[in-house]
Amino acid sequence: MADKVILLDFWPSPFGVRARIALREKGVEFEYREENLRDKSPLLLQMNPVHKKIPVLIHNGKPVCESMNVVQYIDEVWSDKNPILPSDPYQRAQARFWVDFVDTKLYEPADKIWQTKGEEQETAKKEYIEALKILESELGDKPYFGGDTFGFVDIAMTGYYSWFEASEKLANFSIEPECPTLMASAKRCLQRESVVKSLHDSEKILAFAYKIRKIYCV
Amino acid sequence: MAEEIILLDYWASMFGMRTRIALEEKGVKYEYREEDLSNKSPLLLEMNPIHKKIPVLIHKGKPICESLIQVQYIDELWPDANPILPSDPYQRAHARFWADYIDKKTYVPCKALRSETGEKQEAAKMEFIEVLKTLDSELGEKSFFGGNEFGLVDIAFIGFYSWFRTYEEVANLTIVAKFPRLISWAQRCLKRESVAKALPDSDKVLKSVSDHRKIVLGID
Repeated sequence: MADKVILLDFWPSPFGVRARIALREKGVEFEYREENLRDKSPLLLQMNPVHKKIPVLIHNGKPVCESMNVVQYIDEVWSDKNPILPSDPYQRAQARFWVDFVDTKLYEPADKIWQTKGEEQETAKKEYIEALKILESELGDKPYFGGDTFGFVDIAMTGYYSWFEASEKLANFSIEPECPTLMASAKRCLQRESVVKSLHDSEKILAFAYKIRKIYCV
Repeated sequence: MAEEIILLDYWASMFGMRTRIALEEKGVKYEYREEDLSNKSPLLLEMNPIHKKIPVLIHKGKPICESLIQVQYIDELWPDANPILPSDPYQRAHARFWADYIDKKTYVPCKALRSETGEKQEAAKMEFIEVLKTLDSELGEKSFFGGNEFGLVDIAFIGFYSWFRTYEEVANLTIVAKFPRLISWAQRCLKRESVAKALPDSDKVLKSVSDHRKIVLGID
């Protein structure tokens, strides 16, 4: 019996993109369903009653929620190809640690960059760059966070990489001079086939970013 | 062969308790080191430079930080004794989701419950009660969050039980009377040696928090 995989998602979401990338890394056929976040579908509310958020992966009728949880699930189910997490338990723990860092330290400042202005935005920019510098230090001279291969932390970061240009334009700053090796890794990730197929072009994301910024009356 | 495991911890931390439980479940010998959180050791700052928090698990000199990551690491290193995560990927995702929910939704309100007063504490009370309602509903009539077997979600939440008396006293919350199923679940968990060993006495936690509130907030 063929697997039925549905992904409830929202096209500019840096979290949804992680699930799309993981599915494409594994060559999994899936049905993409666009959600209107201002009018969430009954299916979304039924499949993620706790958080009511995308992405939600529905595999043979059963939901998996939270983007990096979805990525781990995909890695475990379709384990024959392109491993996402390393096999060594210590390396896995390190990968999980850095994904936790990404999600706790980038999330708020990234949001505040497009939601605020003035001093609040300046503070957010500083915090964002500080967190990116810590990540760059962890990356070191590796091509990817996973070492030679694109992996768990890279997938988590690619969501944010896809919003770098929009963040820079919205808040008038440049990431590359602050984090050159991270940017080099970002470019590498953004050129990967699974990523190219999963992302909308940066012009479209930027236009979307300007639009939602207006909604926040900024 | 000694596994050379050191756990940097704080006796009342519901996060540290998770790691202690996991190590005991696997029958792994380790050295427990109590941290003074107002005067963190050089080892803690060296092993967890990013967050500077306990618990930190040090295995053969290498640090693993964040309690749920430590629990999964322990489960992966010693997979045969008392599995903590189920083997089925869907059940694993389900367990991780609920462990993540607990971490996302309790950290902020629990901090406010113990260290705030007035409106801030009231808001935290409402949040925490919602979390308990959600967890109670998820547990349902099951023995443990994962079903018949003690596992990740139980380990993630059981430490909070040792803080219930504190929240009831310092924040005037009703927990025991309102959530009998959660209390039964906690008692069930406490029958396990790993949990009984890891959880501190509830009155000890209450005294420690009350004393701290007297000093910091001037509350009698």
